[in-house]
Amino acid sequence: MVEMTAEKNAYAEAFEIIEAQAGPSWLLPIRKAAMARFADLGIPTTRHEEWKFTNVAPIRKLDFALAEVGGHGVTPDRIAPFVCDGATGGTFVFVNGHFDKGLSKTGQLPAGITVGSVAEAVSANAGLLEQHLARHATNEQDAFLALNTALMRDGLFVHVPKGLVVEQPIQAVFVTTSESDPTMAFSRNLIVADESSQVTVVEVHVGLGTIPFLASSVTEIVVGDNATVDHYRVTREGELPDNGFFVGTTHAQQGRDCNMRSFVATTGGAIVRNDATAWLGGEGSDFTINGLTMIEGRQLADNHLCIDHAVPHCTSWEYFKGVYDDDARGVFSGRINVHKDAQKTDAKQTNMSLLLSDRALVDSKPQLEIFADDVKCTHGATIGQLDDEALFYLRSRGMMREAARSLLVFGFCRESLQEIRFTPLKKQLEALVFERLPHGNVFLED
Amino acid sequence: MMGLFDNANVKTTPGKVEKQRIEIEKTKMLEIRNLHASVEGHEILRGVDLTVNAGEVHSIMGPNGSGKSTLAQVLAGRDTYEVTEGEIIYNGKNLLEMEPDERAREGVFLAFQYPVEIPGVNTNYFLRAALNAKRKHHGQDELDAMDFLSLVKEKAKTVQLNEKLLSRAINEGFSGGEKKRNEIFQMAVLEPTLAILDETDSGLDIDALRIVSEGVNQLRSPDRAFVLVTHYQRLLNYIVPDFVHVLVRGQIAKSGGKELALELEERGYAWVEGESAVAS
Ligand SMILES: Nc1ncnc2c1ncn2[C@@H]1O[C@H](COP(=O)(O)OP(=O)(O)OP(=O)(O)O)[C@@H](O)[C@H]1O
Ligand SMILES: [Mg+2]
Repeated sequence: MVEMTAEKNAYAEAFEIIEAQAGPSWLLPIRKAAMARFADLGIPTTRHEEWKFTNVAPIRKLDFALAEVGGHGVTPDRIAPFVCDGATGGTFVFVNGHFDKGLSKTGQLPAGITVGSVAEAVSANAGLLEQHLARHATNEQDAFLALNTALMRDGLFVHVPKGLVVEQPIQAVFVTTSESDPTMAFSRNLIVADESSQVTVVEVHVGLGTIPFLASSVTEIVVGDNATVDHYRVTREGELPDNGFFVGTTHAQQGRDCNMRSFVATTGGAIVRNDATAWLGGEGSDFTINGLTMIEGRQLADNHLCIDHAVPHCTSWEYFKGVYDDDARGVFSGRINVHKDAQKTDAKQTNMSLLLSDRALVDSKPQLEIFADDVKCTHGATIGQLDDEALFYLRSRGMMREAARSLLVFGFCRESLQEIRFTPLKKQLEALVFERLPHGNVFLED
Repeated sequence: MMGLFDNANVKTTPGKVEKQRIEIEKTKMLEIRNLHASVEGHEILRGVDLTVNAGEVHSIMGPNGSGKSTLAQVLAGRDTYEVTEGEIIYNGKNLLEMEPDERAREGVFLAFQYPVEIPGVNTNYFLRAALNAKRKHHGQDELDAMDFLSLVKEKAKTVQLNEKLLSRAINEGFSGGEKKRNEIFQMAVLEPTLAILDETDSGLDIDALRIVSEGVNQLRSPDRAFVLVTHYQRLLNYIVPDFVHVLVRGQIAKSGGKELALELEERGYAWVEGESAVAS
């Protein structure tokens, strides 16, 4: 165990607050165990294999405190730039880990679906919650996951019953505010899609204020047999480019013949660490995850993927792209574990990074652990600058240098954003990418 | 009523008009003098001299690796090639001092021997930006999406290019022939002053060759010039050149009229290489 620093005490203090609050009896032992686990692990250092390239010393040094409920000064206007229009299933806003009804908007949803806050569901849907909450994302080596389990406040709860197809995308916006002191917030989401159901959930993470904050968010997704879940995780630069520390895990627990389609977009934050894990536990299921990172300045984005092919005949597809400018750093780690019996696994992993400056840096690490013999696993990674030949081609037609560069970067990003099925989000992110580029005479098509 | 033969005008202008006409006919569009270019310290062009007047079509032939593409790329401004000696004057301006995009806006166009694929960027999208950059440069109004679309429809038809391809990523998944027709399509849209076609005919079947040639012939005009790099005399049956040059080891070894192409077709390049070896 590492030395007991002041920061650790801050987390311990926070735990005392959480512990003192009323909660279901089954949850407390889980929280306690998680807190003990966290105390054991401590905030990771770069000596930790999974944190080798992501130095979270700034997080370790800061003394974060749990933000108070309410009185946060967040107005609809202030979050409007980050909210995606078109989430017809409703927009649920969480401020500092607490559900904020006033900022949220209800949507049109079919009968049978349950959508709301986890805190409410703990009593209203006690059975489901006890069955699933903190039961699936259980990586024992992940200190931040343990911390989230210990300190989780609230989050989005979605339950789609058997056979129900929900056409209306549901959005959850997680806002962390930090106006005077470093704050921390812990949100925890649970999505349960029963057999043959379908649903789309969008998560947006953003920080408001000018003081450093720690935003921890974990989403557990239970994909039932033959169900389809589309999940988006968007981490946005808030009012300042580099005061946000985002650590999060999205875990998919998959049954038979089901589809989990995920998209991870990161456009800012001092440090953004996204762990995406999937357990393919039923034959014939597919996990698809695409990602686009676009960062600059001294921002760091780390996408850590871990997919377990536990049974035969499953497919997984990972396609992550990143654009790094200035001193930005990117980390990609893609672990694929093919278990002993998982024959006919078909897994493909691609990571493409575009460096726009000499100082930007990317570490990309595939890790394939294959214990079955009849499988197809491929991975490829490219890290490079803009293609000179392509740049010359565009310029040879008369496009100014800057415009041609912008267009190439835009094209690189757009190719990835094509994978977003929820069109309003795709358009929003396209516009965001476009705004970041020097316009030149490039224009944005409808 | 204004008379067709306004005496005052006739009196003051005939000399001037006559002179202008002669000047236009003989306008030197491109003048390459003693051009040397190298890549990674390796000299590829070793003193190229070539003059192209407005309205002319020049064909450049020569064995593999003789420097034809290098010449074409140097004209377009590719900076992988270092010009170590010589000069290029284009419409009275020092071409070598101009950026590639500035050259394009001034009317230089290169149809690439190997057009690049550019994921995520569709042809229409970038071509409109390119065309508008050029129009702006010449003080013309920029085309809006609707005007551009009708222009694209018209030009795509002339090269029989499926319009659907144009809203796809540039050259991605295009067949060889489609890539070449896309080059000619872009040329038709941009209406260059000096068009350099680097082996646009290579690998085309006869139908595609006809289409490409037709695209070029439609653009031929007294104030435009073409430099056609080709390996095959066949192209010259469809686009009849005024001059044929043979590039050997980075120098123009022989120049002649269109008959020279036929002679090359029959006898190969060896005899020219021999002649130039004797000459140098
Ligand atoms: N970027 C480069 N790096 C190194 N060598 C090059 C490069 N570009 C061209 N060369 C060399 O320069 C010489 C001339 O090449 P170039 O492409 O100009 O010939 P070419 O006449 O167009 O040939 P082809 O008929 O095959 O198209 C060749 O020997 C080629 O290998
Ligand atoms: Mg060539």
